[in-house]
This record gives sequence, structure tokens and C-alpha cells, in this order.
Amino acid sequence: MQPRRFERLIEFLLLAAAALSVFTTAGIILVLAVETIEFLREVSIVEFLTGTEWTPLFANRHFGVLPLVAGTLLVSGIAMLVALPMGLLAAVYLSEYAPDGVRRLVKPVLEVLAGVPTVVYGYFALMFVTPLLQRVFPQMSGFNALSPGIVMGIMILPLVSSLSEDAMRAVPSGLREGAYALGATRMQTALQVVVPAAFSGITAAFILAVSRAVGETMIVAIAAGQQPRLTANPFVPLETMTAYIVQVSLGDTPQGTLEYRTIFAVGMLLFLMTFGLNLVSTWLRERFREEYS
Amino acid sequence: MNSASPPLTSLSRVASRTAAAPPDTPVKIEADRLNFYYGPKRALDGISIRIRTNLVTAFIGPSGCGKSTFLRTLNRMNDIIPATRVEGTVLLDGKDVYDPHVDVVALRRRVGMVFQKSNPFPKSIFENVAYGLRINGMARTRAELNDRVEESLRQAAIFEEVKDRLNDSALALSGGQQQRLCIARALAIRPEVLLMDEPASALDPIATQRIEELIYDLKKTYTIVIVTHNMQQAARVSDHTAFFWLGRLVEYDRTDRIFTAPAEKLTEDYVTGRCG
Amino acid sequence: MKHRADLAFRVLAMATLVVALVTLGALIIDVMADGAHRLSWQFLTSLASRRPEDAGIYHALAGSIWVIVLTGLLALPLGVASAIYLEEYGTASRLARFIEINISNLAAVPSIIYGLLGLGLFVRTMNMGRSVLAGACTLALLALPVVILSTREALRTVPKSIREASYALGATKWQTIWYQVLPMAFPGILTGLILSLSRAIGETAPLITIGALTYIPFAPDSVWSPFTVLPIQIFNWVSRPQAAFKENAAAGILVLMGLLLAMNAAAVFLRDRFQRQGRS
Repeated sequence: MQPRRFERLIEFLLLAAAALSVFTTAGIILVLAVETIEFLREVSIVEFLTGTEWTPLFANRHFGVLPLVAGTLLVSGIAMLVALPMGLLAAVYLSEYAPDGVRRLVKPVLEVLAGVPTVVYGYFALMFVTPLLQRVFPQMSGFNALSPGIVMGIMILPLVSSLSEDAMRAVPSGLREGAYALGATRMQTALQVVVPAAFSGITAAFILAVSRAVGETMIVAIAAGQQPRLTANPFVPLETMTAYIVQVSLGDTPQGTLEYRTIFAVGMLLFLMTFGLNLVSTWLRERFREEYS
Repeated sequence: MNSASPPLTSLSRVASRTAAAPPDTPVKIEADRLNFYYGPKRALDGISIRIRTNLVTAFIGPSGCGKSTFLRTLNRMNDIIPATRVEGTVLLDGKDVYDPHVDVVALRRRVGMVFQKSNPFPKSIFENVAYGLRINGMARTRAELNDRVEESLRQAAIFEEVKDRLNDSALALSGGQQQRLCIARALAIRPEVLLMDEPASALDPIATQRIEELIYDLKKTYTIVIVTHNMQQAARVSDHTAFFWLGRLVEYDRTDRIFTAPAEKLTEDYVTGRCG
Repeated sequence: MKHRADLAFRVLAMATLVVALVTLGALIIDVMADGAHRLSWQFLTSLASRRPEDAGIYHALAGSIWVIVLTGLLALPLGVASAIYLEEYGTASRLARFIEINISNLAAVPSIIYGLLGLGLFVRTMNMGRSVLAGACTLALLALPVVILSTREALRTVPKSIREASYALGATKWQTIWYQVLPMAFPGILTGLILSLSRAIGETAPLITIGALTYIPFAPDSVWSPFTVLPIQIFNWVSRPQAAFKENAAAGILVLMGLLLAMNAAAVFLRDRFQRQGRS
């Protein structure tokens, strides 16, 4: 083959490989949409989005998704209460204070924390954290929202920390030096100058953390329970959107049935939620990058 | 013409030594009203020049005057930089190298380049020189490959130093040796023209001298264009010199004339060190 | 007064880091305490069983290895090709930018969604069934954004001067990439691949969704076999009420962590070895 033709062919093949990502996104949207549309033929979207009972596998079927959403939000909320302040604190410390020795110890620990498989965290939540918490809160049941929430928070902490640290490092040192020159302490500089300057970058990190928590599956599948329940009580069993999908996949619901389609409908809702959060996070990060480059 | 000017510097003494007129060889490369743009910014303004075969032509001028940019237009190396534009023509043996039908790959086989900072591949000495031969399909047998590699290393005056360690990494060589290896690499594909962008600027005086001696030998076989910020080097090594300033070609003449009796005041100011 | 607040802040921040450290320590110690005694040759070579004392991890370990190797074989060429296109060919175009946006979005999609995609596309539409192949295709899509990112970084470490030297000798773009850029970037690419596979080996949700079974008493013997993987077996055991199964789960976790440690160590070792070679 002529060299020029060969080069063009190569370029085309490489482009095709790269375009696979576009097809993946399209595939996700298509697969979810097709089944969701079928689902919505039998269940009204109003019932789906506003109903408060979720019992698709029982004889008396209800398809209100709010209990699952509530479960997801409760566990994620607890996780964020742990991950966001602690992650930001860790980031500020590592970025503005920490001597080299401390950084060299802490950063690998955080990387390991981020790399532990979620099924291991689920085990830890169920077998260690729950019994521990039950000593403090005897009314807590074996499956609950608090234990997986806390463990999830620890798991997401490294993400918040490293993204926030990146954002703070992007703040020009001139700003810091100006503050020090005026006699500010390190804490004052960090909290009153650097963090506000890195605000959109840090917010982007926070939103990404929420998205991660919402999409997390195994920790809640193991430790949170399988009882969909519209509640704000962290001590009782509940079910999240992700754990529901796992529950049905483990069973033998035949394909093509309405029950089977529920996992795609829930999946679609989950996808839209996380996709929306990711878009906002990306937009914030772009704006932040523009500010400082 | 400054007829009243005293001998300008030692430069003029050097240049006068080679004051015999360079032979009137055919034109190898001719640029005609060449403009070059980086995006909206014009870096070269109306360059017209005739570079002659089997002679050494030097481009001199202060930093940023466009001499390297112009050198790179001769083998279309600027093509790999995005958002650049060329107006005018560059003729190689009478044919415009910027014609849309021209195969850039074939052009670069005929017009080779050596860079300011030596850039050997992180491979063995042998493989560095063999690479050009392999990708251009220039050696059909292993024996032929070996011969061509040895020939190029000899031409670059480095064979004796490396003949026992051809399979060692090229990165283990000294700076001067690496640069001669890069010259061997460029010569392996038997170009007609050799473009050298400040080839000795990163080298010590002894290594520099060897490169200059090499250039003097090579011009018997090749047409050489050398960009240099070192005026003594230009005076020692070249037959013709072109003086660039802010993207324009100010003066182009025999080297001895440029350094002893330049026509333009700007040229004189530059070569005497009054400016630039 | 200023300095007391400063000190308090520093103490609070250090406390945070200590909590993180202690949690990791507690996790490791807890798992070891629960499961270390269960680790044995018998455990590693037995298949699943309804009786916890007889149950082993062999089938799940084999399944994991089958799936991961296949995932790597799929993700490496696709990921490297995509990265080459974005880094060497496409840089300015709007199409390339659109692809990049897609990739960074995909990197943040929850893994269970990939499971649903795999279920709809590979298992049903393409009729692969609940096989090793379907699992590997799903995980390959999941791993792709990470492979692409790390490959692009590896490509960027190749200095521009090497590419220029190659072009100046009359090489085409592809010749330059194939003979100079890729060999130089290879260590970084390999390291990135191993790291992304070490993440994939811990993935549970997408494989459950495509139908990897939780009880399957044999190891896979072809890419079309049904299968299970280590994390799913762990999940299955921890979901059972009997304490003995929980111990099995802990032991399984130790095996999984051991595998992860080995993979990460291999990645670091390979990277160092290749870096030394390149520098000689």
C-alpha cells in the first residue's frame, strides 16, 4: 500500500478507537433509555418519581422510587459529613503546613485508602464498625445507614483531599506571600486567602465526592440492608438505588418483565443524577482553571 | 560602502584568509519573497536568497531574528508546528518544496538536519544511524546496512572512537560525540543538503573545532547551511554569509566581504559588536 | 491569641490524618484477626461448597485471573490507540475535544452503570451470555478512561526533540510513533495498565449485574464459561449469616489484598527497571 494511504488508514483506525468512548456514552444512554421507556409504558412517571413505596417484587406492587432515593441521600449525606470537612482539613494541612516527612507518610496512606476495594470496606462496615457503634447506640440495628455512611466517608476522604489540594496549589504563591507580609498566620492565610481563592476548585471537588458517594454500591449492599424505607433515621435498615440493582441482579428475575426493567429505570435515575453532578463539577473546574491561567 | 573603515576586528583577519572568491556553483536552494507566520505574527519578511551547491552558507544575526525559523522552512520542519503559514516559494533544484503535491518525507530525505542540542535516540549507536536507512528502505541486506552505517560514522569522523562499541547506548557518549553521531545519522540517508542549527553551541572549544573541521570536509559532498550566533565560527567556516535582523534578510554576500567591508551599516554594526 | 487558634487548627488537622491512619490500621488488623487462620493451601485450592469448612477460593481466583487477563488484552490496544490519536493526531480538532470530554465524563460514571450497559449490550444484544467474555468487555470499558489517561501522560514524557529528529530523517508520523515514541513511552503505559487492572480486579457491582454467579463450583474453562470473581465470592460469604462464612470472607479479602499488593509491586518494579534501562 502506498505510504500516504497507509498513514491515512492508520489515522482512521486510531480515530475509530478513540471514538469508542463516544459510542460507550451513547450505549449507556441507549440501553438505559430503551428499558426505561418500556418501564414507563406500564408505570406512570409521576408514580415513579413521587411515590413513597417501593415494592416491585412483592405481590402488592408499588413503584415509587423515593425510598431508594432517600436511602441513597441519607447514606451519602452521612458520608459527606465525614469526607468533606476532614478531606478539606487534610488538604489544607498538606498543602500549607505539612513538613516533607509528614507528607511522605500521609500521601501513600491516603492512596492506599483510596485503593481498597469497596467490598472490603463493606465487610469492615458490617463486621467492625456496626458492632462498635452498637455499643454507643444500642438501638441501632445490624443493618443501618450510619455505619456504611461513615466508612464511605473515609473511603472518599482521599479524593476530596487530593482534589482540594490540587486546587489550592493552583493558587499563585504571590497571594500567600502578600498575606504573610501583612502578618497573617499560616492558618489565617490558609483559611482566609487560599481557600477562598480556590473556592470553585474545591467546590468542584466536593460535588465530585457527592457523585462518587451516590454511585457507590458494595458498601451499602453489604451493610445497609434491603428494606426500602423513606426515612431520615440512620439506625434502621434501608436500601439505596445501587443496592437495589444488585439485589435484583442476584435473584432470578426473568428478563423482559416489569420487575427486570425496574433496575434500568433506577439505573437511569442514578445515571442522570451523577451525570448532572459531574457536569456541574466539570464546569466549575473549567472556570477555576480559567481564573488562574 | 564604508571605505574609510579600519580592519574591523580579528574577524576580518580570519575572513580575509579565505578571501578567494567561492566557486560559482549552481544554485541549490532559492527562496523567493518568503514570508512566514506563527499564527498572526509575521516572523520572516520577504526573504530572497540563493544558496549554492557544495558551499557552506552561514546565517547570522541576533537571537530571535528568524535565522532558525528560515532554516526550518527549507526542509519544512515548521510544518509540525500548528498554526504556521508560508507565503512565497522555496525552490530546491528549481522545484517549489511547498507545492501541495510535494511529498514532505521525500523532501526531508534530500534535505537533512542537525539540531542545536544533540538528540540521539535512546538506542544503540548502531541503531541510531541505521534508523534512517531502515525507515527509508535504503539497505536491503544486513551487510549493506553495516556498510552504510560504517560509512556514515566515518564521514562524521567518529567511527574510530565507537567502532568497538556500536551496540552501546548512544546516551553514554559525550556531548561532542553525540553531536557527531547525529551528523552521522543525518548523513546516512545521503541527503544533498545538510542544515545545521547552531550545531556546536552546546559544545566545548575542542569539540567545536572538530565539528568545524568536519564541515569543511563535508562541503565537498554536500551543500551546507549553518545557523550560528558565533561570528568567528561563521567567518572561519563559511563561504557565504547571510545576516538576518528582525525577520528580514539584511545582507547576503561572500563571507570575507561581510566581515571586512559590509555594504549595510546595520551589518557593520552587528559584526563589530556595536549592536545585537 | 492568633497563635492559639493556629495551634488548635494544626491539632485538628493532624487528628483528621490520625483518624484516617487508624481506620486503615483497624481495617487491616480486623480482617487479619478474622481470617488469617483460615488461609491455607486447602483454602486456595478448593472450590465453593455449601459447607464453610470445605469451601475454598480456587474457582473465584481462577475466574478473576481469566477476567483480568482478558480485560487487559482488550483494554490495552484500544486504550493506547485512543491515547495516540488524542495526543499525536487530534490535538486541535473539535472532534478530539468532544472525545476528550466524553472520556472524562465516563471516568466518573458509577461502575454499576457499566454493569447495566454490559447487561443490555454484551449479555443480551450481542448474545455473549453471562460469560467471562461479557465480564471482560464490561470491565475493559470501565478501565479504558484510566488507561487512556495514563498512556497520554506516558506519551507526553517523550521529548519533542526525539520526534523532531525522526521527522528530519524523513520518517512519517506513524513511523515516528511506532519506532521511537511508543518504545520510549512503553514503561509508563505498562505501569498505567497494571494499575488500572489492579482497580478492575476489585470491581464487584458491574460483574454482579451482568450475571456473574455467586455460587458456581467450578473454574472457567473458556471465555464463554459462566464465572465468578474473588470480590463477588467475598460478598457472597459475608452475606451469609453463619460466622464460619464470615471467616471465609475475611480470608478471601486477605487473598484479594495480597493479589493487589503483588500487582502494584509489579507495576513499580517494572517502571523502575525500564527507567534504568532507558537511562544507561
